[in-house]
Amino acid sequence: MRRIAIVGAGLAGFSAGRELRRLGFDGDLTVIGAEPHRPYRRPPLSKEHLLADDDLTLRGADEIGATWMLGRAATGLDLERRAVLVGEAAVAFDGLVIATGLRAKTLREGADLPGVHVLRGLDDARGLRRELGAGPRTVVVGGGFIGSETAATLRGLGLEVTLVTGTPVLRSVLGAEAGAIAEARHREHGVTIRTGRVTGVSGTGRVERVHLDDGRTVPADLVVAALGSEPETEWLRGTGLGGEGGVIVGPDGLAAPGIAAAGDVARWPHPLHSGRTLRIEHYANAAEQGAHAARALLGRTSRYAPLPNFWSHLYGRRLQALGFTGADCDSRLVAREPGHRFIAEYRLRGRLVGVAAAGFASALPEYRRRIAAELA
Amino acid sequence: MKIRVDMAKCETHAQCVFAAPEAFALDDDDELVYDPGPDDGLRAKIEQAALMCPVQAIFIEQG
Repeated sequence: MRRIAIVGAGLAGFSAGRELRRLGFDGDLTVIGAEPHRPYRRPPLSKEHLLADDDLTLRGADEIGATWMLGRAATGLDLERRAVLVGEAAVAFDGLVIATGLRAKTLREGADLPGVHVLRGLDDARGLRRELGAGPRTVVVGGGFIGSETAATLRGLGLEVTLVTGTPVLRSVLGAEAGAIAEARHREHGVTIRTGRVTGVSGTGRVERVHLDDGRTVPADLVVAALGSEPETEWLRGTGLGGEGGVIVGPDGLAAPGIAAAGDVARWPHPLHSGRTLRIEHYANAAEQGAHAARALLGRTSRYAPLPNFWSHLYGRRLQALGFTGADCDSRLVAREPGHRFIAEYRLRGRLVGVAAAGFASALPEYRRRIAAELA
Repeated sequence: MKIRVDMAKCETHAQCVFAAPEAFALDDDDELVYDPGPDDGLRAKIEQAALMCPVQAIFIEQG
């Protein structure tokens, strides 16, 4: 294998490139990225990066001896010629890593109005930050991690923030108990929570109001659509590799001979999840699965069964979770202490499958061992 | 090998503890403790820990 192309210059793509070099791959390495930026850390975008323009660049990208094609999205994949198409250009490869991640979903109506933002990339965060100085009345649409974090961060700046969510805040990702704690903290800090579905936004020349499905409206100078995201697979159309649910890879990490996928875009049968296919949209998974994809391309196949591992921020407290914590689990609080510290455990059919904790970091390594043992 | 953690940056996400438990741990006060001179055989794990640190607080000293 002499030429490897990595499509996607985020953490997963970078991790793949780094691991390829670490394992001794000394051929041509090309990294193609739609954003104009070197690999950077995405988690701060909905948190401290809305407050200040810190450098989020990941260290070491200069050291992997790659040709970087940045600010240029892949437009197609020619399986016969074994080439990634980038507009008029074609990057031939012997091995390919697909790591194009996700794109943010947005509102169906009014998404193009000035004042309406999504929050996925560095430039999204910068664009949003530029609006904050005017003290806009802000509506955040969506009660998942990005919506919750963005609402907390903007409320921390003193903005008037309304969070519109179809299901209770964080409930779908962390269950009823932890979700209720998060929701209470939003209310304590003065976020207005409205339950409902947003049908669109409107305004003359700029967003002025958000429309809910019950006919009511919420006045808004700024709207952040945090409606989740979908795999970035448009460029794979016609190849059979990328459906709406992501790029499916086998237990060996490969989607096809010589083609691996990693990070948010990859879907695979998770051995700890009854072998059902899933995607994991977390930072740690991007780093680990990128390396796994590199090993797969070089013929070093190994079982990939990471325990999901993720965190969120809420008014200065970090909430950290391991394993499976969705609303389908039975969850209960096993510790609750002053300072907004708590531990919630998650069970499926009696087995401990996940934990979420705020302020109990040192309990996590032991939980990790226990959950991994339960699921093994 | 020699490593250094910028404790002013560390937010105890514990990602390094998960990636390389031989070198990193959390004490009972949720503070990170680590071995500044881990065995060279742990290099791959330590490098992975440095990559996974969400605040990029782990530095692998050259030489």
